[in-house]
Amino acid sequence: MERRDFLKTCGVTFAGAVLLPHLLSSCGSGSKEGTALMLSHFGVTESNLKKVMAAALENGGDYVDLFFFFFFSNYLTLRDGAVNRASSDIDFGVGVRVVVGDQTGYAYVENITMDEMLKAARTASRIATSGQKTKSINVTEKTFANYYPIVNSWEDVSVKDKAPYVQKLNDRCFALDNRTSKVIASLSDSTSYILFCNSEGILCHDYRPMISLSAYCIMEDNGKIENFHSTRSFRKGVEFLSDDVVEVIAREAVEGAARMFKAVKPKGGELPVVMAAGGSGILLHEAIGHAFEADFNRKNISIFSDMLNKQICDTNISIVDDGTIAGNRGAINFDDEGVHSQKTHIVTNGVLTSYLHDRISARHYGIESTGNGRRESFRYAPIPRMRSTFMENGNFDEQEIIASVKKGIYAETFTNGQVQIGAGDFTFFVKSGYLIENGKLTQPIKDINIIGNGPKALADISMVGNNLKLDDGTWTCGKDGQGMPVTQGLPSALVKKLTVGGE
Amino acid sequence: MITKKHKELAQQMMEFARKNGCSDNRISVGAGTETTFEYRDEQLEKLQQVSENKFSIDIFVDGRYGTYSSNRMDKKELEKFIQNAIESTRYLAQDECRTLPNSDLYYKGTDAPDDCFDKTIDNLQPDEKLQLAKANVEEVYKTDPHIISISAGYSDSSNFNYLIDSNGFEGEKAQTYFGLSASVSLKGDGDARPESWWYDASLFWNNLQKNGIGKKALERALRKLGQEKIKSGKYSMVVDNLNVWNLLSPIISALNGNSLSQKNSFLIDKIGKKITADKLMLIDEPHLPQAMGSRWYDNEGVATQKRVVIENGILRTYYIDTYNANKMKVKPTISGASILTFNQGSKDLDGLIGDLKKGILVTGFNGGNSNSSTGDFSFGIEGFLIENGKLVKPVSEMNITGNMLSLWERLAAIGNDARITSSWRTPSLVFEDVAFSGL
Repeated sequence: MERRDFLKTCGVTFAGAVLLPHLLSSCGSGSKEGTALMLSHFGVTESNLKKVMAAALENGGDYVDLFFFFFFSNYLTLRDGAVNRASSDIDFGVGVRVVVGDQTGYAYVENITMDEMLKAARTASRIATSGQKTKSINVTEKTFANYYPIVNSWEDVSVKDKAPYVQKLNDRCFALDNRTSKVIASLSDSTSYILFCNSEGILCHDYRPMISLSAYCIMEDNGKIENFHSTRSFRKGVEFLSDDVVEVIAREAVEGAARMFKAVKPKGGELPVVMAAGGSGILLHEAIGHAFEADFNRKNISIFSDMLNKQICDTNISIVDDGTIAGNRGAINFDDEGVHSQKTHIVTNGVLTSYLHDRISARHYGIESTGNGRRESFRYAPIPRMRSTFMENGNFDEQEIIASVKKGIYAETFTNGQVQIGAGDFTFFVKSGYLIENGKLTQPIKDINIIGNGPKALADISMVGNNLKLDDGTWTCGKDGQGMPVTQGLPSALVKKLTVGGE
Repeated sequence: MITKKHKELAQQMMEFARKNGCSDNRISVGAGTETTFEYRDEQLEKLQQVSENKFSIDIFVDGRYGTYSSNRMDKKELEKFIQNAIESTRYLAQDECRTLPNSDLYYKGTDAPDDCFDKTIDNLQPDEKLQLAKANVEEVYKTDPHIISISAGYSDSSNFNYLIDSNGFEGEKAQTYFGLSASVSLKGDGDARPESWWYDASLFWNNLQKNGIGKKALERALRKLGQEKIKSGKYSMVVDNLNVWNLLSPIISALNGNSLSQKNSFLIDKIGKKITADKLMLIDEPHLPQAMGSRWYDNEGVATQKRVVIENGILRTYYIDTYNANKMKVKPTISGASILTFNQGSKDLDGLIGDLKKGILVTGFNGGNSNSSTGDFSFGIEGFLIENGKLVKPVSEMNITGNMLSLWERLAAIGNDARITSSWRTPSLVFEDVAFSGL
């Protein structure tokens, strides 16, 4: 039986209604036909939604939204040379949120029946105490641009169709270097169906595909072991899978692992750091991105809380957070509060021009939301989150930037980062890079942490390259226990001074 | 809770899977509830109340293996789900190492499944919970001019699990959890807003510390005012009992069967060999009564037992589950650590600090990572400079870098202050000659 039937049968039995996922997927979020199908899939009517929202506002409250969510994910793993493990997960439910000013009441249920939804609505309603009656709610369907059109949906293929690519990834890692001793390769695809409505009268739906392909390559050389990980992830359909992408990932993993044998740890201390184009966007994500999330700023606990509209870095620097890049892992058609996706200019010519807002913070500041209110699933209330965060191009060639450094670090690939929102200290872990000596890249380096302070590091960016690159790895951002797909990017850039780990 | 209906569903699905071609299967049914109240400054910030279910099945069919889960508990839907899961699994390559455990290893005791369950949870009123969060905010709100914001959260949960497999295992667990936390943000130098937090947690309502959490968070934040980085160099390092897990975690990961069988561990072939300083005894004690992390069996139903992990610096065991034992052709132990205890030293944190002429006390890690193949690590840290046995200056924006094996070889002292609010009962530790990078 094919995957499509698998899901279709699930869909049919879930809500007792007919749903053809591949039809829905082709509708994206721009179709009213899709909304009708989605209502039917979740087994609810517009009248049901209005009743639940009315119950949620029984005690007063400024706003209510309902977030219906169906998530179907598949995971294929290769170990020891064969694709020998499959996993799938279904998650299904609805979250009810009531907002009063900055306050949130939240409840969710996994059984979408009127009784259960009304019970959840009354639980969430306890946040409100004014008892003020609200006007009756009328919902109108709203459609959005589709930033992830696909050709073939993941529900239309089975393990049989996907496994050969995972196998090929393994085989290429072994073929490319005879020191490869183990490969763990995996393919993960997921499909989310979302139906959203709120007390402002918006009714909308979305279909969100996601694919991630990865290789973890372990090598042995003269009794030493090293590893390297390479991934690609997009909101794309089955057309993502190709021999080309397999080759790119295999080469990156193998060449990365091989380079580790030659790599050293630098001597630690304060050094100039050239951030290579691409994954170095982690600098933006950690150093400023989180601290720009407006929940921290409305609470006045971010180091950037008093810096709105102020010059915070060189006038040649502009930074955006963009949810509208077609097929990007961080793309969304609308956020999880029904606000359309946007390209938000957070730093313009060196000035902090916008925080990243959800509805609560936007209302707090008296502005429109920037469409950053996101949630992992129906189990969570939305909070401000990044999408794809990157710096726009500057004027320098990368070579000029490297040549300007007498002694420093060239940071190229990264595994993880972290930040303290209030103190501003951020870190990122450099899996690999190079020493810069007298303006040239010399010895490879590995496994060092770099730490800096957000506003200082931003102000210390003195040269920006003309080679902007987005990193399409499987980046997942964690905040308040919620994982969120994001991406980041950077042109090559020089940070005059960061504290580099080393011995 | 796990009802008769849950159990019947699990058993029916096991039978259904068998009839549809599975040679073996393992089924787990989970259920839980959770309540959270977050209070900030002068008002309730968020309330959340939820309940959930989960059905999971491990399928062994034609020498192939897959794991599938759903939160849709309807019998008819699950039957379809399992049928299709079996179809999916049949497309995979065979893996003869995928088997259920030898049933001789199963837990067969009759100890109460609810040893870690506090029935009080059913009688607590929402207002009582909210008041706890509120009181911990109010105990410090506006008591210091540096305070920008304080929030406190109360949460409790109950979790139930029923596990059966086609090899005859049947087990049931129930657990409650109560937690109270607070975080404080302060106005620091310039634009900096240093923050800190504190929490207490217990499986039992009566054991939960119900006040002083806000005060402790404030105290921890205040002492961070004026943080700065200091000169790079080798320092003695004290790590407080909250943060030792960051340094223990790479060791425990390297002992895991998955890491070993994939040759992705810096502790391959180290059984019987010295991997830390002589003074360390690390013991896995799964049966401490009513304790975080206590359990009679693991996720495969294999009975847990007391195990010496590190004895006077010598590695005594790996964590090897059925699959990896089959892969490596060794005897399985258990899939993972339960409660890890250290041998106790004679001094508390102040005593350990008091013994140092010069050093750095680490009170927080900030990012970083450890290479699973080599044990090379580099972590961001914050803490305090120690001079002549006293904390003299808060430090931050520094890294420590080294190798796990040489770090643990330089373990110099163990505190007597193991924390029992988590399953890894870590005390404060002192390491010598650690490379710090700063100025």
